[in-house]
Amino acid sequence: MKATVHVFLKAGVLDVQGKAVEAALHGLGWAEVSDVRVGRTITFDLNAGDAEEAKRDVAAMCDRLLANPVIESYRVEIEGS
Amino acid sequence: MKAAVVVFPGSNCDRDCKTAIERSTGARVDMIWHKETALPAGLDLIVLPGGFSYGDYLRCGAMAALSPVMPAVAEAAARGVAVAGICNGFQILCEAGLLPGALLRNAGLKYVCTPIALEIANLQTRFTAAFGARREAIMTIGNGEGHYFADDPTLDRLEGEGRIAFRYLANPNGSARSIAGILNEAGNVLGLMPHPDRSFDADLGSADGALVFQSVMASA
Repeated sequence: MKATVHVFLKAGVLDVQGKAVEAALHGLGWAEVSDVRVGRTITFDLNAGDAEEAKRDVAAMCDRLLANPVIESYRVEIEGS
Repeated sequence: MKAAVVVFPGSNCDRDCKTAIERSTGARVDMIWHKETALPAGLDLIVLPGGFSYGDYLRCGAMAALSPVMPAVAEAAARGVAVAGICNGFQILCEAGLLPGALLRNAGLKYVCTPIALEIANLQTRFTAAFGARREAIMTIGNGEGHYFADDPTLDRLEGEGRIAFRYLANPNGSARSIAGILNEAGNVLGLMPHPDRSFDADLGSADGALVFQSVMASA
């Protein structure tokens, strides 16, 4: 199966890249844009018994390495079987 | 007196640290490749140097925190050996869980490289005792991700327990409570964004960094 992990800075942690991108979008005329966040996507193939097991494994990987729980939150998607 | 500098792939201040410690204290300094799983016996100081370990992949310090040498560093820290993480070394100590918090992209988005004035926030630590009654020091910073972050309860605890060792007099990067350097609970692990290794001789603009290494060796 295919795992996709989305990692973003937590709400309340200053995302300076997001702020800079937001200012640039405003500069291009999209004044209606707000709360831009820049994150990271990590994808990989995974052999797991079922989607539940895969989600548990990937969450453990996020807690150990893929995200830093002090500053980041993550969302896991599992596709295929 | 004996010190070790850990060398990660991408470290670039490792030799500066060796020279700085040798000239400041006369200690013997071993360079330890990150793949080692044991450290030399009888160390008084372990330094994790600045640089861009693993190219800052994933997050600064995240990959180095999982290097084979790190369990030995954690074990030495637990035994009370002085450990100093400078710049990237500070990021590695946070990622390894040996210090609380994390280091974010600088608030101004820029890499900041400049001599900077620091307040010595706690003069009674293993890393600051040699400053005597001096409250201020000049050291050089050079980082893009030196913006210290921790949640408010953690920051309150650091302040309440005297674990903020150094603060910026003029905050260059948005660091919470102007933090430039913090200690672990036992006081033997220091994370420091400014570089004592770039400020250990008057010819470099400041010799104040030498006092950090001299403090450690005086307590050894």
